[in-house]
Amino acid sequence: MDIRDAYVVRDAVNAGEVSAREVAEAALRRIEEADGTLKAFLTVEPERVLARAGEIDRKVKDGPLPLAGVPVAVKDNLCTKGLRTTCASKILEDWRPPYDATAVARLEAAGAVVVGKTNCDEFAMGSSTENSAFQATRNPYDLDRIPGGSSGGSAVAVAAGMATLALGSETGGSVRQPASFCNITGLKPTYGRISRYGLVAYASSLDCVAPMGNSPRDIALLLSQVAGRDGHDSTSSPEPVPDYEAELRRPVKGMRLGIPKEFFGEGLDAEVRAAIEAGVKNAESLGCEIAEVSLPHTPYAIADYYIIAPAEASSNLARYDGVRYGYRVDAPRDLLDMYQRTRSTGFGAEVRRRIMIGTYALSSGYYDAYYGRAMKVRTLIKRDYDLAFEKVDALVSPVSPTPAFKIGEKSSDPLSMYLSDIYTVTANLAGVPGVSVPCGFTREGLPIGLQLLGRQFQEGALLRLAQSYLDAFAPQAPALRV
Amino acid sequence: MPITREEVLKIADLARLHFDEGELDAFTVQFQGIMDYIEQLKQVDVEGVEPTSHVSLAPDFEKHMFREDEVAASLPAETSLAGAPDAAAGHFRVPKVL
Repeated sequence: MDIRDAYVVRDAVNAGEVSAREVAEAALRRIEEADGTLKAFLTVEPERVLARAGEIDRKVKDGPLPLAGVPVAVKDNLCTKGLRTTCASKILEDWRPPYDATAVARLEAAGAVVVGKTNCDEFAMGSSTENSAFQATRNPYDLDRIPGGSSGGSAVAVAAGMATLALGSETGGSVRQPASFCNITGLKPTYGRISRYGLVAYASSLDCVAPMGNSPRDIALLLSQVAGRDGHDSTSSPEPVPDYEAELRRPVKGMRLGIPKEFFGEGLDAEVRAAIEAGVKNAESLGCEIAEVSLPHTPYAIADYYIIAPAEASSNLARYDGVRYGYRVDAPRDLLDMYQRTRSTGFGAEVRRRIMIGTYALSSGYYDAYYGRAMKVRTLIKRDYDLAFEKVDALVSPVSPTPAFKIGEKSSDPLSMYLSDIYTVTANLAGVPGVSVPCGFTREGLPIGLQLLGRQFQEGALLRLAQSYLDAFAPQAPALRV
Repeated sequence: MPITREEVLKIADLARLHFDEGELDAFTVQFQGIMDYIEQLKQVDVEGVEPTSHVSLAPDFEKHMFREDEVAASLPAETSLAGAPDAAAGHFRVPKVL
């Protein structure tokens, strides 16, 4: 049973040609076979998966379901009722949420089967999935390399055929970057397009639930099920959800694509640059018009992000205090000692570092100089996008300045890890959608992703461009290592 | 701006974090490096620029931020307490405060 295409799976299950249980068994067999090496999953409960698939088999007898029996992997910072949700942190090691995230609940209502919870950087803070308290996930194209992050486990689950689709989350590029490192498609939706209810908060003004899959078409199918207003999240948008399948059928000819010159400067790997430039030529051959544009505040984006995200994180993560859920240190002397030692031993180094940066930036005497200024720079970054989108329909760029790096290569130098997010963070600061689509491989066989960025709520146009691109120019992938 | 060990300790106290003596010097150096990088925000001319705390998405977005104050179902107390490290008698139990 090939589970790589969501339409193939759901059509077969709806037609009764294969059962959801057989699909689930195929996914579980692949996890059993590959995940000992790849380490993409933190929790898989086979009995629960099969019971859930059995329910779908009973339900489809009453009528077709849009995601009937489709195996989905879910990042471990999305709440799943009764199923362990750790955020890859010791502080939530044994936590079982009392409710489902809205995105998870909507997927399940559409017939999808959650096969397991995937590894990530702790509380989604990182770009390599190495900052997990439990394990480092491996890139299926080179086992000595990272899969990207923070949604690395979700990317690998899809890339290695252990799930058809996956949910990740994005705060600064955490779905686009691992998608690009693993040769799959990842969508960062417009801020507010998908409810954040049940997504464990990191930086609330940036966080998005973000889907991953083997094709833009599959992601459009998923998005049409999970997008839309949710009363549990006041920042979820009331904007109507378009018919993404219809959007994909429209032509790309005549679309105007902008090349942001700041995304092609110093630090861009030569092979990545060559692949993206070839990708731009390919897009031109599909009938798109190409123009150079400028996003002049891009050089300040990382500094801006590393004030805003940690500031919000320092506030959001105050809730982990050893009182209401999660880990508490043994034998505390008093309340203050309990807070301090629970948080210091429960959080990993990167989470503590960001809480410290955020606390500093918000502290008395520094607020205006750091957080106040960062919010103004954010306005300028957003304005750059507004001006660019007056001239073009979408932007084309690399996703990451380099292909996947070696495990351990950047883990001792946090700033070098932060800088690898340079082409992705601005979309989060501006709230615009972005897609990473496979566009080539390095000589060593490492995947390279091409990024498309669009106007707010233009996910349909981005997915159409991405699908047209793949239909014509999908790169030939080398064999997986597992 | 130089950041001293004492400042790191003060921030850690505000954040309810604790750093061991052995890790404090290394952390301070790393923290300083990151804050030095962030200093470049000071080069940006932000005169007259409004701050963006949130990317608001529609002109009428505020009306969706609020709902009627109506009574609705919530989690039962025992469910809310189920994940607590120490719950007793329908409450979260913590070390003695007074």
